[in-house]
Amino acid sequence: MRGFDVLILGAGIVGCACALECVRAGLRVGIVERDVPGGATTAAGMGHIVVMDDSPAQLALTRYSRSLWQELLPHLPVGVEYERRGTVWVAADDEEMGEVHAKRKTYALAGVESEVLDARALAAAEPNLRAGLAGGLLVLDDAVIYPPTAAAFFLHEAVRGGAVLLRGQGADHIGKGIVTLRDGTTYAADRIVVATGADIALLPSLPIQKRKGHLLITDRYPGFLHHQLVELGYLKSAHQISSDSVAFNIQPRLTGQLLIGSSRQYGNENPGIDQRILRSMLERARSYMPALAGISGIRAWTGFRAATPDKLPLIGPTDDPTIFLAMGFEGLGITNAPGAARLLVDGLLGRVPGIDATPFLPSRIALMETKHA
Amino acid sequence: MPERSTITIHVNGHTVVVPAGSVVSAALLAVGEPCRMSVSGEPRTAFCGMGICFECRAVIDGVAHQRTCQMLCHEGMSVETQR
Ligand SMILES: Cc1cc2nc3c(=O)[nH]c(=O)nc-3n(C[C@H](O)[C@H](O)[C@H](O)COP(=O)(O)OP(=O)(O)OC[C@H]3O[C@@H](n4cnc5c(N)ncnc54)[C@H](O)[C@@H]3O)c2cc1C
Ligand code: FES
Repeated sequence: MRGFDVLILGAGIVGCACALECVRAGLRVGIVERDVPGGATTAAGMGHIVVMDDSPAQLALTRYSRSLWQELLPHLPVGVEYERRGTVWVAADDEEMGEVHAKRKTYALAGVESEVLDARALAAAEPNLRAGLAGGLLVLDDAVIYPPTAAAFFLHEAVRGGAVLLRGQGADHIGKGIVTLRDGTTYAADRIVVATGADIALLPSLPIQKRKGHLLITDRYPGFLHHQLVELGYLKSAHQISSDSVAFNIQPRLTGQLLIGSSRQYGNENPGIDQRILRSMLERARSYMPALAGISGIRAWTGFRAATPDKLPLIGPTDDPTIFLAMGFEGLGITNAPGAARLLVDGLLGRVPGIDATPFLPSRIALMETKHA
Repeated sequence: MPERSTITIHVNGHTVVVPAGSVVSAALLAVGEPCRMSVSGEPRTAFCGMGICFECRAVIDGVAHQRTCQMLCHEGMSVETQR
């Protein structure tokens, strides 16, 4: 039976980032992927690298991760399409403008640069927004990437550094340092890192729910949009626990294409397009940018976010001392992959972490039985 | 009055006279202008000629991404390569 220091299950952006971090720490690493690396939620997401202030812990992790992306920048292949576009949080009315000022203060305290835009500055920054909006908050260092190529980059670097990609068979059982694949092959590992995204078949009692999202990409309209725009109401939408919601969220791609989001639905595990949701998502977008009505969309798709009850990821050890988690990233796994990988490996090696890791420890929630062989 | 036998259109700023009834993609081919440029900057022109492949998109009268194989030229039409 082949042995590894660390065996990572799942080659999404999180698993790939963990693999690279482990290799850099000098560990013998294996990565098990049953399908296409980066082909699950990582291929479905938006690739917005964004600092979020919905909780102090999320603010710390997103800020930390964004700074790690900035460190990676000189090494990223052009295919990752990293662009420092900045985010504009769009305020529709005076009440939301109040939130803009509060948000700026929160960011400033955390050392995150942002600028308040009044109505005129907003219109100048994004002429295709509808008239009559109150203003916005420009977060300068937020960026946009193409997530599947970023995952491929992490994986490629990890393999170049000696990691072994075991592709084609999913892991079926894990526990006590043994991973059994679907075809019965077993591997031994001192540590098993579960990074299977929204798929919790290996640990069915994990408190992770699938949260479906829709996106639509348009044809190329260079110059139509300059920043990633998100309505301030987005936070309300993202935090709704129960009902379906849509919010205006639009991203400029390097090709001139526009990526339009977003929706959130619980309790719908059907990957098909839900026309009703797609329509209300696009109507929402058009209500902010009327000119979108004349633009042609070329493809729509869905993806599943891995949502935890407290909206924070699960990073670190479990009851089984050989099993570690790196999952539950909801709508921020692209942003948070480098920070999560660093925190995980800091924990594995007993290094002092760059930020407080305790808010993300799986032990904060009622744990989990392993699905034993 | 007899029907006109030619139509004048404007292709990337040049005035071009085409036979009446010309399809826009055919007019572009006739004058040797690409319909659109690919992401990597290569010229593209009509391929399927029947509205399926979207290779023939161009900017028509200021409207982006129009399938020129499905359009007839009209007098004074502005046709620009889609970039
Ligand atoms: C619509 C939408 C928009 C989003 N927008 C953004 C955004 O703008 N910014 C942002 O930061 N995040 C965004 N996200 C979230 C982000 O996409 C995810 O958090 C991230 O991709 C999760 O990566 P992952 O590696 O955890 O999971 P995944 O990419 O799903 O990878 C998990 C991998 O594990 C494999 N796997 C599963 N089970 C097994 C098994 N038993 N054995 C072996 N392999 C297995 C799967 O095949 C898969 O490749 C968005 C998500 C959605 C749905
Ligand atoms: S040439 Fe194929 S759609 Fe026009």
